[in-house]
Amino acid sequence: MPHSVASPGPQSASSRFKLPRIDVWAFGTLAVAIAVAMPILWVIGLALTPSGDMWSHLVETVLGRLVFNTVLLMVGVGVGTFVIGTGTAWIVTMCRFPGRRIFEWALLIPMAVPAYVIAYVYTDLLEYSGPIQGMIRDAFGFQTRHDYVFPEIRSLGGAITMMTLVLYPYVYLLARAAFLEQSVCVLEASRTLGKGPWTSFFKVALPLARPSIAVGVSLVMMETLNDFGTVDFFAVATFTAGIFDVWLNMNSPSGAAQLASMLLMFVIVLVGLERYGRRKQKFHHTSTHVRALPGFRLSAPVATLAFMACAIPVTLGFAVPAWVLGSYAMDFYQDTLDADFWTFTGHSLLLSGLAAIMAIVLGVFLAYSLRLGQASWVRGVTRLAALGYAVPGAVLAIGILMYLGWLDNTIDGWTRRTFDVSTGLIFSGTVLAVTFGYVVRFLSLSFGSAEAGLGKITANMDGAARTLGAGPMATLRRVHLPMMQGSIMTAALLVFVDCMKELPMTVILRPFDFETLATFVHQYASDELLPEASLAALTIVGAGIIPVILLSLTIARSRTGQAAQVAEPTLLDLEEAAP
Amino acid sequence: MSTPIQHKPTRALSVLSLAAATLALVGLSATSQAVAADKVVNVYSYRQAFLVEPLVKAYEQKTGVTVKVVSASKGLLQRLQSEGMNSPADVVLTADINQMAEFTADNLLQPIKSDVITSNIPSQYRDPNGLWTGLTMRARAIYAHKTRVKPGEVTTYEDLAKPHMKGRVCTRSGKHPYNVSLLASVIAAKGEKEAETWLRGVKENLARRPQGNDRAQVKAVMEGECDVALGNSYYFGMMITNDEKPEQKEWANAVNIIFPNQNDRGTHVNVSAAAITKSSKHYDEAVKFLEFLSSDDAQGIYAASNFEYPLKAGVPLDPLVASWGTFKADDRNLSEIVSAHTTATKMMDTVGFDH
Repeated sequence: MPHSVASPGPQSASSRFKLPRIDVWAFGTLAVAIAVAMPILWVIGLALTPSGDMWSHLVETVLGRLVFNTVLLMVGVGVGTFVIGTGTAWIVTMCRFPGRRIFEWALLIPMAVPAYVIAYVYTDLLEYSGPIQGMIRDAFGFQTRHDYVFPEIRSLGGAITMMTLVLYPYVYLLARAAFLEQSVCVLEASRTLGKGPWTSFFKVALPLARPSIAVGVSLVMMETLNDFGTVDFFAVATFTAGIFDVWLNMNSPSGAAQLASMLLMFVIVLVGLERYGRRKQKFHHTSTHVRALPGFRLSAPVATLAFMACAIPVTLGFAVPAWVLGSYAMDFYQDTLDADFWTFTGHSLLLSGLAAIMAIVLGVFLAYSLRLGQASWVRGVTRLAALGYAVPGAVLAIGILMYLGWLDNTIDGWTRRTFDVSTGLIFSGTVLAVTFGYVVRFLSLSFGSAEAGLGKITANMDGAARTLGAGPMATLRRVHLPMMQGSIMTAALLVFVDCMKELPMTVILRPFDFETLATFVHQYASDELLPEASLAALTIVGAGIIPVILLSLTIARSRTGQAAQVAEPTLLDLEEAAP
Repeated sequence: MSTPIQHKPTRALSVLSLAAATLALVGLSATSQAVAADKVVNVYSYRQAFLVEPLVKAYEQKTGVTVKVVSASKGLLQRLQSEGMNSPADVVLTADINQMAEFTADNLLQPIKSDVITSNIPSQYRDPNGLWTGLTMRARAIYAHKTRVKPGEVTTYEDLAKPHMKGRVCTRSGKHPYNVSLLASVIAAKGEKEAETWLRGVKENLARRPQGNDRAQVKAVMEGECDVALGNSYYFGMMITNDEKPEQKEWANAVNIIFPNQNDRGTHVNVSAAAITKSSKHYDEAVKFLEFLSSDDAQGIYAASNFEYPLKAGVPLDPLVASWGTFKADDRNLSEIVSAHTTATKMMDTVGFDH
């Protein structure tokens, strides 16, 4: 994704017009960055405080398992999403077979299903007491589980499968964009030189798309690290699950923070890998020349295989869960309604809406501040503000709870001493705390989009506006905002939907008499009551489909890979976050 | 002279009335605030909302006091720690004594000064320093399949670790407070070493990795996944009376409820407990609420709606609970179980019980 580095116009303009007073933009950028980075710094600080013998206990007992499971989960999901995402992207981009046009966008839809929801659904279907094993027992006359072999769904393998099924669209999205972007000439040259379609794919197309795919896979891995609902439900001991256990079951915040800091190191490695992939990507833009891709015409048997390859992920990742939830909802919708469905929906909408608005305002502010040409330290600080997406929600939740508690009590102590007035708790346990958490986590999403949007606006616009006497704010309002409406809307929607799905932070930070759709579904499903919560789960999925449709439309319109920018600007910006 | 006098009162009057009105408003809002402030109890509850709700409704109807409950299965302690003295919480309800012990250890509670409670709840179910009181009792029972488990096959917790139970035992996560407390009681009774051997034995005998809640274990027994399961006693009542989901009656009908260790130390029992936070802004109201929870009325509601054992003497058992028969409870002082809590939690990791 092109950053707005190509804006020498406004940069020089701003240095010419720079006033010798405190710059609102620089100051504001610094303030936002500090506020957003605070929870992460808090966790690191907390990790440095002694945790008694907790750390040695963890090292002796669970740490090895946490590392092993986490690595295995990431590798498993990484490989799974790579194979499915890249394979399907290649098939729908390069091959011609019936149904291709539908699969082009349908392959994205599983993205709308949160991993924990699909985990609940498949557990209901596949566990010993579920209908499928029941049918097998009835059909073959088995009496106990020892009479036959059936894979255990609540396992590491189960978690890998569930996450792969809903996360592969990240890879698909980026791989497809990369394949679309590749110059047809290169592929034609390969074919002309006598290479078959398979060789062309492995020797030419795949290496060329490698950077994009690497970005997709590392995004998937971050999502995997962040997952709490699935691993909690499957009792798979990953880092995120371990952090919750040490913090909430063993009541050791510093022990949890130490685990969290280790997890942060994982993330830094990931960011590094992704950065590596991105760095290479800059070299492979071949041509902007767009020509309809020729497409391999498939023979009937191969077309059937291609069809199956595309149909299976969509069926398992979306159709089955939607069908199961739908049929539950038909029978049990009244239970969900009785459980105050509309209030939860209202809460979800309120939180997600607030977070989306705040993330957009701050994201645009940061991006525009960068465009104005800030000192290099401000640039660095801005990248720091975009780091939140890489930090799992469980880690952020610890940092935010502790940080806001400290902030509240400090403010209260000060006003008590100075004015003899108690302010009480302003942030903790309020809607503000959750919204803050969402903004910290998803700011990079809106920031990236705003930056990409601004990047497409020529610097001459700024110059013209400023010459005509408009200040930076007026220029933003009257020139840039109207022009970047599209990318802002997309980003707002993405933040909104991500917040609707968000679980680990919401569980911890929500005001206590305050359920959202996600916490409601999680609570009911962990209490073996999925049918009663199915309507709420369907609502989350439904909300997620809206941006997927938008993404499909964008990607369909683009032939040069622009869609990827709109879709996942997030991680791409982390590239420069690392100092 | 008359003219200025006539004018003055008018002006003075208007100023006065304005002042009075202001005062009245301030006073009114102050009193209404005071009334509002005094007539509220804020509760942090580890007990599930639907269990607490009938009690709260009964109390609100009886007294006109508003009880605001916030329920969560995890994180309330951490929340209270972080909120500090500004926490809005007055009362804490826990489903297990060890949860309460953590609040005590973190110095988040203040003594409950109430003769009513001391006379209602026997002293072995109260903190010696008055920091918490038990409210109801529940047994950690064993659910055994009616035909696949022969009489006498399982009569103690120790039996769950014996070779003949290999591949036949189901339970929820070892990290759940109910299982941690059971392990703590074994540690208190038999010492650390023997307890660990026992825990390893149970793990060896598990039919599947620990998962689901207590109710799901009974379902697994009915489905043939395992033959015995650990579960709290009240689940039996909740399943067998479940008209909304009649399949749960089938689950319960497939099993016998066994109260283990009747010939030695007795069945492990735990209490649901209540305490008042140090930061409480409505101490008196909080005390009144807890007194209500220990009263005949509330204990009767507990007994009837959640199939638990009331702690107040003389409150009748629910007929269904009574039908399970009387049993001998492990009468070891709860503080011994509390002191083994940390060891028990860590032992679950050491043994890798859940994995």
